[in-house]
Amino acid sequence: MSQIVRVLAKRLATSLLVLIGVSMLIFAIARVIPGDPARIALGPNATVEQVQQLRTELHLDEPIWVQYGIFISDLSRGDLGTSLYTNRPIILDIAQFLPATLELVFIAGIMMVGFGLPLGRISARYRGSAIDNGIRVIALLGVSAPSFVWAVILMLLFAFYLPIFPIAGRISDIYSIAPVTGFLLIDTLIAGEPRAFANAAWHIILPAFALALSGIGQAARLTRANMIETYDKPYVEMAQSYGFPERRIARKYAFKPSLIPSLTIIGLDFAAMLGNAFLVEAIFAWPGLSRYGVAVILRKDLNAIVGTVLIISATFLIANIIVDLLIALINPRIRYSQRPQ
Amino acid sequence: MKRSFAILLSNPMSVAGLILVSIVVLSAVFADYIAPFPDHRGAVVDFANFNQPPHWPNIMGTDLVGRDMLSRILYAYRISLVLGVVVLAIAVPIGVTIGLAGGYLGGWAEYILLRITDVFLSIPPLVLAMSIMGVLEPTLINGMMAVTAMWWPWYTRLVYNITRAEREEGYVLAAEVIGASKLHIMFREILPNCVPAVITKMTLDLGFVILIVSSLSFLGLGVQPPTPDLGSMVADGARYLPDSWWLTVFPGLAILVAVFGFNLIGDAMRDVFGGDQ
Amino acid sequence: MTPSSLKAPTLAIADLTLGFRSWRGYAQVLHGISLDIKPGERVALVGESGSGKSVTARIVLGLLQQLKTARISGRVEFEGHDLEAIHPAERHRLRGTAMSMIFQDPTSSLNPVFTIGVQFHEVLKRADANLTYEAAADRAAAILAEVSIPDADRVLSAYPFQLSGGMNQRVMIAMALANEPKLLIADEPGTALDVTVQAQTLHLMRQLVEDHGTAVLFISHNLGVVREFADRVYVIYKGRIVETGPTEAIFADPRHPYTRVLMEAVPRITGGGIPEIEEDAAGFGDPLVVHEEAVR
Repeated sequence: MSQIVRVLAKRLATSLLVLIGVSMLIFAIARVIPGDPARIALGPNATVEQVQQLRTELHLDEPIWVQYGIFISDLSRGDLGTSLYTNRPIILDIAQFLPATLELVFIAGIMMVGFGLPLGRISARYRGSAIDNGIRVIALLGVSAPSFVWAVILMLLFAFYLPIFPIAGRISDIYSIAPVTGFLLIDTLIAGEPRAFANAAWHIILPAFALALSGIGQAARLTRANMIETYDKPYVEMAQSYGFPERRIARKYAFKPSLIPSLTIIGLDFAAMLGNAFLVEAIFAWPGLSRYGVAVILRKDLNAIVGTVLIISATFLIANIIVDLLIALINPRIRYSQRPQ
Repeated sequence: MKRSFAILLSNPMSVAGLILVSIVVLSAVFADYIAPFPDHRGAVVDFANFNQPPHWPNIMGTDLVGRDMLSRILYAYRISLVLGVVVLAIAVPIGVTIGLAGGYLGGWAEYILLRITDVFLSIPPLVLAMSIMGVLEPTLINGMMAVTAMWWPWYTRLVYNITRAEREEGYVLAAEVIGASKLHIMFREILPNCVPAVITKMTLDLGFVILIVSSLSFLGLGVQPPTPDLGSMVADGARYLPDSWWLTVFPGLAILVAVFGFNLIGDAMRDVFGGDQ
Repeated sequence: MTPSSLKAPTLAIADLTLGFRSWRGYAQVLHGISLDIKPGERVALVGESGSGKSVTARIVLGLLQQLKTARISGRVEFEGHDLEAIHPAERHRLRGTAMSMIFQDPTSSLNPVFTIGVQFHEVLKRADANLTYEAAADRAAAILAEVSIPDADRVLSAYPFQLSGGMNQRVMIAMALANEPKLLIADEPGTALDVTVQAQTLHLMRQLVEDHGTAVLFISHNLGVVREFADRVYVIYKGRIVETGPTEAIFADPRHPYTRVLMEAVPRITGGGIPEIEEDAAGFGDPLVVHEEAVR
């Protein structure tokens, strides 16, 4: 098990390095902006004095590396600055909107793995058959449209024409749930309201599925490709020649080794959902980070842009670390030192 | 090579892809002749005929100011394709060069180049493009820049992985022994071995660039009105669901058809040439 | 097959052909192969790579039949039963129980992400579906002791990459014999191993099949190994059997031109490099040579 700790430590170290790189990159992008951010923030009616005061507050007159140093030292105290759009600390803004987005992404991730892997597995086991071709076409269709298109199509079909699911929102207005974690599916359970939980679950299915569709397609394609490769390995032939049941080969002996190469990419796709969630949230009026993110970008609210991107990237990196740990759990070569004992 | 194309043409999936892509490309190139209302690409208003469901001659209906949906979709294809080609024309050489350098030179160059690539790869693609578009003015050129900035690292990774494997091959060692320059080895010896994988990825990516560009303009951060764009058409129409369904469904399906076509071809090419996932 | 034999042969193949259909046309791999193995007999099928030895083994196990492109005809009888005539489920039941197989490279033939114990359990479950892991581990330990692995617990909890190639080969042999099969197919066993380790494990295998009375179809390109191991030899060339007979008879008097060339190709310690076998040299297409068996 000490090997897992080593993997974790190494990943955390490189992730921190990458995160510093991300902060520099985003900071650089935010400062090469044409025009005066203070002027843009205050609007054309502000006086020169007001603009100059804001410039001083934002340290805009300092050299860029001094600005970065100030930014980093604030960041180490958990301070991302104040949003010019909401006039609140950015960290509070993000804390308010991020959980809804994470909840959506998390459920979509479960759908991606829960539907994508079995579909790919079936496709690989019956390769060349009509089932395989059907799954391949569906998976390819899934990755061929942005999630907002799927959101529109699913909404039309399953909220308007067949009113099975709600049209928008996270939960019906009749429930008022005290925010504890910000994750409604958890908060409703904490509050001991199973009906509210069911209502929240009912609301999240359609947007999460729209978000998950391309991930499902990608996961199915990947699983199929890697499993077909695994099916040609000698140990699968060994399993077949010893008459291991085909079902068990497909679910266990060919599946688990093929997961190792798939998981890295699936992790990246999962993380990409953090960005794509913006698209789905807009269609389903989901009160997540999307509206905030787009608003601060359109208003050129620099601190808020930097903060949002940084938080999203950190979430992305954490997701990748979790994936690496999962791979280490599946792959005994990583779990046990390869050196002779 | 010839045999590879024969295989591509014998595969029903890739033939379907070729047909879809031909339709998209031809309608983009000849939009001026095909579009029933070529002037509707711009800021035209026809309030007498606004927000109409599909009917003759507006077979895909009209938008909120009375412009023909079909005509606007055809012109939107043109812009999407140009964007896709330009983005790849810039991103691929950059990504390939960095991947070759990192993979072949090794040492510090490898470490630094790969860490920089990692930085770009650890921001969700759409978020990176959004933040670049955010600080810049939302124009066509800036849109290209933003998408290019998020695209090159994927080619770096692809080429880096191939290069690292090829670095140990006999022909590379042979070239080193006879004293070939590093540039020669990278671009004349190793690069040809990356070409099939890169071309396959480019085919798939043409679809995905269209997808990302439409996502940006869906969020209002891409191509600006009155220029027609599939993503912003969906965004504008989404508010009028479900009654004015044609405002969103047709542009949405237009994206699906184009990306699906490129993916069908790219998939078949990957079966023939091999390549990464 | 002589009418006087009292028991049905363990394996009897008659006029077996195999071809693959692809988009470029049809490629014939086996042109009517006949061979038989009596109970407890060790029979070698010898030929260069691509001659059709491995596909023959896979047809016997019923693995190639799943391929849509494969075209197979002829008769394969196991203990007197036509394998094509019996129900597929029945045939599946034979695999891993009545017949089993040992592969070229033991390390890559064992699943890398499961412990030896889990895989041994699965093998033993072929004979007794309700066997628990603990009971399987006890049975496995007894069989592992037979292949000179005393510390079964350590081996059963190990992953294949944690064991040496020779150790994995012993594990494979133990697995192959665990369910007391009637027929063991050994496809170039241990070719991927060091020569000394290969010799050790072959010796072990020979002893075990003798003790258990298991019939063996031994597939190899290495005549030196075959001479040590087999009672009888079939020489296969491009999908046809070209010579057959008792091992001593063939080695004493190789009559078919191809067999003679193959004999000269055995690498010798005295050096001289590895001799080359020419493609389609004159006489390789000569008809089958049968050495009469000595009366037992």
